[in-house]
Amino acid sequence: MNQSERKPIIRIDRVSKYFGPIAAVDDVSLEIMSGEFFALLGPSGCGKTTLLRMLAGLEIPSAGSIMIDGEDMSRVPANRRPVNMVFQSYAVFPHMSVLDNVGYGLKVTGTPAAEARSRAAEALELVKLDGLGSRMPDQLSGGQRQRVALARALVKRPKVLLLDEPLSALDAKLREAMRLELVNLQETVGITFVIVTHDQEEALAMADRIAVMDRGAVCQLAPPPELYEFPASRFVADFIGSVNLFEGTVTEARDGAITVRVPTLPRPLVVVQDKKISPGTGVWVAVRPEKIDIAKDDGTRSAGPEEGNSVPGVVEEITYLGDLSIYHVRVADGPEGLVKIAEPNFDRITARPFLWEDRVLLSWATDAGVVLDA
Amino acid sequence: MEAFKRHPLGFWICSIPPSVWLLAFFLFPLGFVWVLSFGEKRGLIDVEITWTLANYVRALDPLYLGIFGKSLWISGVTTLVCLIVGLPVALGIVFAPPRWKPVLLLLVILPFWTNLLIRTYALIAVLRTRGYVNFTLEWGADLLGLPFEPLSLLYNNTAVVIGLVYVHLPFMVLPLYAALDRLDRSLIEAALDLGASQIRAFATIVVPLAVPGIISGTILVFIPALGSYLTPDLLGGTDSQMIANVVERQFKKANDWPFGAALSFLLMYVTFGALAIRSVLSRRRGGLEAG
Amino acid sequence: MSGVRPRRAPPGPLEYTRQTWMRLALLATFVFLYAPIVTLIAFSFNDSKRNIVWRGFTTKYYEKALANEGLIEAFMNSITIAVLSTVISTVLGGLAAYLLWRFRFPLKPLYEGTVSLPIVIPEICLGVAMLVFFYRVGLPTGLPWPLNLSQITIAHVSFSFPFVAVVARARMASFNPELEEAARDLGASEWAIARDVIIPHMRPGLVAGAMLAFTLSLDDFVITFLTSGPDTVTFPVKVYSMVRFSVTPEVNAASTVLIVITVAVTVLALWIQNRRTVDNPG
Repeated sequence: MNQSERKPIIRIDRVSKYFGPIAAVDDVSLEIMSGEFFALLGPSGCGKTTLLRMLAGLEIPSAGSIMIDGEDMSRVPANRRPVNMVFQSYAVFPHMSVLDNVGYGLKVTGTPAAEARSRAAEALELVKLDGLGSRMPDQLSGGQRQRVALARALVKRPKVLLLDEPLSALDAKLREAMRLELVNLQETVGITFVIVTHDQEEALAMADRIAVMDRGAVCQLAPPPELYEFPASRFVADFIGSVNLFEGTVTEARDGAITVRVPTLPRPLVVVQDKKISPGTGVWVAVRPEKIDIAKDDGTRSAGPEEGNSVPGVVEEITYLGDLSIYHVRVADGPEGLVKIAEPNFDRITARPFLWEDRVLLSWATDAGVVLDA
Repeated sequence: MEAFKRHPLGFWICSIPPSVWLLAFFLFPLGFVWVLSFGEKRGLIDVEITWTLANYVRALDPLYLGIFGKSLWISGVTTLVCLIVGLPVALGIVFAPPRWKPVLLLLVILPFWTNLLIRTYALIAVLRTRGYVNFTLEWGADLLGLPFEPLSLLYNNTAVVIGLVYVHLPFMVLPLYAALDRLDRSLIEAALDLGASQIRAFATIVVPLAVPGIISGTILVFIPALGSYLTPDLLGGTDSQMIANVVERQFKKANDWPFGAALSFLLMYVTFGALAIRSVLSRRRGGLEAG
Repeated sequence: MSGVRPRRAPPGPLEYTRQTWMRLALLATFVFLYAPIVTLIAFSFNDSKRNIVWRGFTTKYYEKALANEGLIEAFMNSITIAVLSTVISTVLGGLAAYLLWRFRFPLKPLYEGTVSLPIVIPEICLGVAMLVFFYRVGLPTGLPWPLNLSQITIAHVSFSFPFVAVVARARMASFNPELEEAARDLGASEWAIARDVIIPHMRPGLVAGAMLAFTLSLDDFVITFLTSGPDTVTFPVKVYSMVRFSVTPEVNAASTVLIVITVAVTVLALWIQNRRTVDNPG
């Protein structure tokens, strides 16, 4: 289904949650579309888990309303909502077998035993745990217990599936595999998934749209590429991936090109961006490390502003990550004067192209950066 | 930990005093009682150890069997009431705001620190015909314009149960609290999320996982209740005698020491039996830890 | 940030203690637990001999209690026994705790079971055993004070020192074995290690155990009742006979005094224990 054809299934309207004087969730409004894979992303304490729990009915909002599939949830308790949750600790009942766990939600809502059993077995097949129905949870690995939790929630055919940090307890290799599996599962089952995560890589890889949260509020809500390439604020730019920020003042803004004077750099930076901004505004120019090209500065190259931005510097630190090399290049004094560049290692490193204390020229295209005023 | 042979001097210094004491002032006395239970009275004071089983046979007399039975019954009812009252209290403390938990626990334990005699005595003023319960009921009945017959709450089995519950409630609440506190709350949330009602979630998730605490609490209430002396003595009527009262009588008024010895040992065997059952039960559940 | 602070949200599904029925249940239970004791204390100030209806405030029954020679003597007996019993119990319990914590020896589980036996056995059985024992052994009666209290003291020690052992042993569970290894590495003998490293760590447990032994002895009724005689009456036994005889506010006054002492000692024990773990985590 095309993103633009989706209709909202969850409407969160001016929802706040206070714990004492602290607003864990502060006046949040957003819509989640039916059938999409939606992520709530943010650092710990930003309110994403609280918001998820309010969707599940496990926390009651202090203000605002939540509508799921057109129905106001303020009077609907957790055990009657058309949503189900996969908990961070999986919460698999330790005193019941796998099959009984998966069938629990059907049993307590009156599904006849035979039907419950067959549907539970189907769900186990869906998460590739068929044959393990009679095992007890303490006989399963962490990854298997997670699948039990998934099957247990999905067997109820909820309208929305909520997942609280689903991959955080898994080791790196398993995490990567589960990412793909979850996305495939969502496409197979076709229901709306809402996940909460603090891992931006996870969110970028899995979600159709991401809401970045900080201190109880939503900073930006957009699909992954938009979030990554056009962050709305320094917080978002810095939280998702790494970013270089140059602080300066707008000197010119016309014909879709913004010129920014950065006091610590020899030349002004040019950013091609369709943004209404007036000269004199204090801004930051954000450039991602992989967008910057690094070349030896032997005095022959001197790019003018039409060919892109360029900044001379000295290599201060090189980090080898196997597939990438990270260069930290000093272009000005102070902590903000260190620029991070990421270059893939196309060739095997037998002779490094750049060494510490080499003079280099950094350059990037005028549409490779973003101007941020927040 | 060291093998005792490596530090023989330290070992013997530590082990001799407690061992001698246990032997001389605990095991020997118990041994005397055991031997005494096989004796016969000869005259007012003398007892001859004839290794007879007559005392034990007499203990199986319907009269005494009945008293044993009644003691078991009263202890059982007490334990059940403590469980029913204690479970909501323990639950309430577990789910109280963290600031309040130690305070509430302290409030539950504090009565335990007051003397048993005093606590039981305090209940007399509450339960008697012209006591507070009846005063309150009378006041309520007058308010509603209903006729009032004072409840006979003292000097009977009911009073003994109330007294025993009063005294032993903390011992049920504490193990229940410990077991419930260890429970992973997301299990209850998961049950609710899957559609279970609060009561269903409680019955199918909370209670099964709290069973070790329930077993602990049951033992901690049942055994002391079974052997209690003061409460039935002060609050009970002539037909509310429990085992400990009968035993005491044999050694004071009735002056039948061998019989008292036999009864005393029978009580001990029942106690150990209950403990053994508990051991077996908890070993069988050994693998089921929550989470 | 929104400027207005909204009202507190209604209770969430797991906030049981915010629900009315739970609060009522808790309240009812605490009323049940405390009302008898509170009214007992309150009525110790009642100016009425029969002590059924409140007639006015007075402290005269406290004066009566203080003037009651039998009561004072019983009280002194109780304190003496409690102190003696506590001292002996703490020593024996500490030794037993050290023994069980430190050494491996044959039949250790049996020994551990035997040490815990006095805790588990019904009091009446222990009391009977002591009575029979002293009778058979024929300890002389009619000895001068305080020797005439020896029977009761011995009985109290027998059931108290296992409690001290349990508490002290529990304290040793938090002992860092590296401390001992460090001492040994520096050349300390077994005795020096015990004196300088192990016993200081055990001390809070010993103090707690001692307080426990003190209150157990002070409050004990059944065992004392069986092993005491007309000239060795303790406070609870004396109060018992007063209760049996007549129910006047004097009994309430005496009871209140006992409550206050017991609670004070226990609070003191808790305070010492908490203070120690803050200052002395090792």
